[in-house]
Amino acid sequence: MSPNVANPDVSGVDGWIDLVSAVFMVVGALMSLGAAIGLLRFPDLLSRMHAATKPQVLGLFLLLASIGLQMRTWWVWPVLLVAWIFQLLTVPVSAHMVGRAGYRTKHLHRELLTSDELEAVVLKAAGQKAAVQKAAAKAAQEDGSGDGSTR
Amino acid sequence: MMQAVLAITAVIFSLAAGGAIIRIARGPSLLDRVLAADVLLAILGGALCIDMAVNRHLNNLMLVVAISVIGFIGSVTVARFVADRREQPHEP
Repeated sequence: MSPNVANPDVSGVDGWIDLVSAVFMVVGALMSLGAAIGLLRFPDLLSRMHAATKPQVLGLFLLLASIGLQMRTWWVWPVLLVAWIFQLLTVPVSAHMVGRAGYRTKHLHRELLTSDELEAVVLKAAGQKAAVQKAAAKAAQEDGSGDGSTR
Repeated sequence: MMQAVLAITAVIFSLAAGGAIIRIARGPSLLDRVLAADVLLAILGGALCIDMAVNRHLNNLMLVVAISVIGFIGSVTVARFVADRREQPHEP
């Protein structure tokens, strides 16, 4: 490490870039701390999922930007962009699966929900399933009685 | 300045990892533990980023990219196969 890095000239462009990247690093680390506090204090799975996305998206963005600012080369930015875009693509997938499994296994406080758009879909599917089962039972009964009359 | 930033972020990341590990240890359900493990992975990736930024090397960059590409597979797998062994209180 050159001495210029250890004692940066704050008046120059280098010093300003160092300052911005230092702020990015501290704020990005605070995102992780916020996620941990949210995990410890929030009451149920869905609200903990809200806290857990902070370091995964904004925290990673700030830290990757601080890498790009510190390296001071242009070719590293596309790699950092790839890392962030893949994070943006994969985080919703896992959040969707975890949220769906959490809804199905009833790990949520219903009194904290302001709207439950999935409930209508679930009730409709359950109603269709019950109707199909009733029709199948009726058909089986008729079939059985028909067999009995012909015998 | 960078060494001060390194010390501050090390303390913050240690506290955050401790909180995530506490939630893994006492989370009431399996999904809480999976979510806390995801957060712990994000904290690890962030610590790798801080190390690269402060010390100005790119040794771990491919590891960070790999974490962001395949890090979701574990939680998706666990969420796919999680089963409810309790009674169904909300079934109509």
